[in-house]
Amino acid sequence: MPVEIDIEHVAKLARLALTEDERAALATQLGQILEHAARVGEVAAAEVSPTASPIPRVNVLRDDVAEPSLPVDEALRNAPERDGDRFRVPRIAETGI
Amino acid sequence: MKRPLADRTGAKLSAMLAAGETSATAILASSQSRIDAVDGEVRALLTPTPQLAAERAEELDVYLSTGAPQSPVAGIPVAVKDVLTTNGIRTTCGSKILEGYVPPYDATAWTRLSGAGAVLVGKTNCDEFAMGSSNENSAYGPVHNPWDLDRVPGGSSGGSAAAVAAGEAVWALGTDTGGSVRQPASLCGVVGLKPTYGRISRYGLIAFASSLDTVGTFTRSVRDAGSMLQVLAGHDPRDATSLDAPVPDYGVHLDDGVAGLRVGVVEEAFGEGVEPGVGASVRAAVERLAALGAEVGEVALPHATYALSAYYLIAPSECSSNLARYDGVRYGLRAEGAHTDSIEMMFQTRGQGFGPEVKRRIMLGTYALSAGYYDAYYGQAQKVRTLVIRDYETAFERFDILVSPTSPTTAFRIGEKADDPMAMYLNDIFTIPANLAGVPAVSVPCGLDDAGLPIGIQLTAPALDEQTLLRAAHALESDLDLDLRPPLVARL
Repeated sequence: MPVEIDIEHVAKLARLALTEDERAALATQLGQILEHAARVGEVAAAEVSPTASPIPRVNVLRDDVAEPSLPVDEALRNAPERDGDRFRVPRIAETGI
Repeated sequence: MKRPLADRTGAKLSAMLAAGETSATAILASSQSRIDAVDGEVRALLTPTPQLAAERAEELDVYLSTGAPQSPVAGIPVAVKDVLTTNGIRTTCGSKILEGYVPPYDATAWTRLSGAGAVLVGKTNCDEFAMGSSNENSAYGPVHNPWDLDRVPGGSSGGSAAAVAAGEAVWALGTDTGGSVRQPASLCGVVGLKPTYGRISRYGLIAFASSLDTVGTFTRSVRDAGSMLQVLAGHDPRDATSLDAPVPDYGVHLDDGVAGLRVGVVEEAFGEGVEPGVGASVRAAVERLAALGAEVGEVALPHATYALSAYYLIAPSECSSNLARYDGVRYGLRAEGAHTDSIEMMFQTRGQGFGPEVKRRIMLGTYALSAGYYDAYYGQAQKVRTLVIRDYETAFERFDILVSPTSPTTAFRIGEKADDPMAMYLNDIFTIPANLAGVPAVSVPCGLDDAGLPIGIQLTAPALDEQTLLRAAHALESDLDLDLRPPLVARL
């Protein structure tokens, strides 16, 4: 059975503006793909431990020494909009004053 | 007729350079004239870099004329997939969302090749953010297979595979998350190596699925794949998943042959969906390995069929997290117009900037990671990943190398599978398990089908045993002695 998905809710979580047509197509396609993907449940028994990475590594640390980093101008070179040494964005909070 | 420099192997060109029989400038000129002749049709390059390349080749010739030590990489024209960053050179990931992005740093893989004297001829077209198996998901149009321009080159590193097949570059860098080096190598008749996960630094590889992403190589010989890996492999403090295991000499055992080597033929790999021509050619190659002295047996990877299901949960999950960075704030596209607030700007930017396949995978991954579904999908997929790794561990107790077809089919027509995501995903059924387990694998050409399209055989080895992998691949390649030149090139 194809899986039913609340496309609008998922799109909201993903911060993705979708057209009506895109939503309809995704509902069908994702349903089919997830039906196939759900087969993982057939063999994933309780005693099998999950693997997150093929080569397990834990807490890879470097020496706590300051190193040169990207100059500000370089870091801002690709900015869609800049204001002095900062990225400029549309408003991010209600302005109450 | 004398074969143009652009169609020779890196090993041959390097020897000619050392003997003073040619120059970096002459080699580049040959590749450049090939690009001019065919790339209008093949469309492998998104951003050619002819001027930088010319300057680089001239510098190299001056350097080499002093009799200074010469790396096997020096003077070799290389194309780089457009998901690897290049300092000062536009890097798009085949996406509109990064259309004008000029990175301020080089990917480590390119830093290493460049430092050894490789010459960049351009950045190659690919499926958007490396998501796809046909190169049709590029925002800049598809790449055409040099063997038949109506067909796909495979993907996602389709431009890199096509560039090497057509002689636009002698070598290329690609990336392989579920088969994106091996499958296009198979469809374009070149050698595609995906080393062990972590063997080559991912620094500067613009992330798709971080636990699967692997830098890989395209060459026209196995020996050249070893030469590239020699320079690329090794620890990089800038990538926490980069392995600090010692790097062996990949050339020293290359000619040792396969006598006594235990080769396991993956039973599941000759079932439904495999074209008869592909199956026959791969079986014939296995017979050659046996004739060369390999001990051939059958091996089971019982969870291989579940690997595809697990992959299409794990890769989209990691993708949905990684691609959250495209928010129109620091780089890349920002949707035009007056925005009510930043969140609304992000919705519009992402809606306009991403193509259909990337949206599909972001949605899939977001769903699989969302509250209430995480355990059923992502959690279960991670368990299947454990089972796939155990399959390999069991198989490698009995065998040194596993073989299967690389792809169930040869190159299909552009548009043929474009509207059917599931059919497209099945292209990667034989390549995905190696990514889930992190083991190295290589695709080597083993013949042509009735339509004259290349077929590839995949060899897989235990983690970090690229030496044995390349040795077996080289033995097979030498025995088959195919002279693969696409008709497009042969008619020039």
